[in-house]
This record gives sequence, C-alpha cells and structure tokens, in this order.
Amino acid sequence: MTTQPTPRVRMPATAKAGEVVEVKTLISHEMESGQRKDKEGKLIPRKIIKQFTATFNGREIMKADWHGAISANPYQSFFVRVPESGTFVFSWIDDDGSVYKAEQKVTVG
Amino acid sequence: MNVTTSAQTRRGFLASATAGAIAVTLAPSSLLAAPEQVAAEMKKLFGDKKLIEGKIKLDLPSIAENGLVVPLNFEVESPMTEKDYVKAVHFFAEGNPNPNVANYFFTPMSPKASAQLRIRLAQTQNIVAVAEMSNGEIYTAKKEVKVTIGGCGG
Repeated sequence: MTTQPTPRVRMPATAKAGEVVEVKTLISHEMESGQRKDKEGKLIPRKIIKQFTATFNGREIMKADWHGAISANPYQSFFVRVPESGTFVFSWIDDDGSVYKAEQKVTVG
Repeated sequence: MNVTTSAQTRRGFLASATAGAIAVTLAPSSLLAAPEQVAAEMKKLFGDKKLIEGKIKLDLPSIAENGLVVPLNFEVESPMTEKDYVKAVHFFAEGNPNPNVANYFFTPMSPKASAQLRIRLAQTQNIVAVAEMSNGEIYTAKKEVKVTIGGCGG
C-alpha cells in the first residue's frame, strides 16, 4: 500500500469540566508484520506503527507500544478526562520514523 | 488416621499425573511462541515479583472466526489518582510467532486504565494480560481464544 496513512479521530468537541469522554481512533496502515513471505518466498520486512501517544495541552495521558500482532488499519478506543478547554493531540509513530498526527480541540462549556 | 494418609497419597498421585499430562500438551510443536517464551518475556519485565490474579477485566471472544481481526477490550480496576494508578498493562500471545502484542502505559491523567484494540492471532491460544500498579503490585489475567482461520501469512 502506498497511500499516506490517514488518522481519524472521533470524540465530542464540547464537554463539561472534568467529564470523562471516549475517544475512538482509526488509522489506515497495512501493519506489515514481518512474518509474511512474498511470491519468491522472501520475508516481507516489518513495517508497522510502533507507538501511539495521546496528550492534552502538552501533558501525556497515555501511550501504547504496538507489536506485529496489531491488526491492519489499527482501531483503538480509550478514555480521557477534559479538565479545561484545550487541545488533544494524538500521534502514531511508524517504523520508518514518520509521525502521523491528529488534533482535536475541546471546549468546556 | 489411616484413611487420611491414603487419601493424601491418592491426591498426591493425581496431582503429579495431571502435571505430567500438562507437560506433554505444552511440548513445543513449531516455531510459534510457546507459553515458556511468554513466561521468559514476563520474567524480563517483572523479575521474580509475585503475580496476583484479578483486577483485570479482559474481554476477548471465545471463538474468533478470523484471526486477523480479533477485538480485545480491557479495563483494570483502579481509582486512577496520583497516589494509586495503573502504570502499565502488557499483553502477550502464547501461540503467535512473537509473544509480544502491545504494552499500554497510563498516567494519573487517564481517567480509566481501559482501551479497546484489534489484534492478530495465528492459532487457538491463550492471551495473557499483566497490569503494573503504581504501588508495585502486579496483576494478571488470561483468556483462551479459539481461532478458526489464522492471522499470520496466508
């Protein structure tokens, strides 16, 4: 697959102060495990997203290290607290060093 | 008195017989990660610390028709405060070529030590989850998933 991985994030844009909300994320990526062989029987080198991080106003909320056992087009959902208005930044780090980012502003009203 | 002794020996015999049977079934059959490899990975991370069963809600289907996409849902019981929170949750697959699946790291900023993801399983196997708490306690949970079509190569 040669298409640029596109991250998608779904979460509410407004919340009450201190509210816990669910974040659903999806990124298109082949997640080549490094276990498969091509037609000539040679191993296809591993190329996966190895890390995911979530931050709020620059502070880390959680991160995840992924291995070859994560499915293609990795879907992930988890929970965050919205203490005040601010920006959530989600990053996916590829084996080749590329970083794919998605941002979501949340307003406390 | 006599009765008790004979009962004990019988139990002892049964226990050793079962242990023998388990050892035979666990004999490594291929290149895939064996439970021993998972145990070795866990030893690297936690040394000889005591593993306590519980606190982890590990939700996986009992039967997965497609090993390429198996939903995994977890939640670790914790108040998630500065003093008491879940530091990390690690997942291992006993029957995949690589025993590592994912490692999740939480902070007191996370309201819940919970996430949902999708994993690949090569064959029917056990998934092991291990949670590290901020007070140093370690909890574990295990779930077997029967896989109809494997998720490696093809």
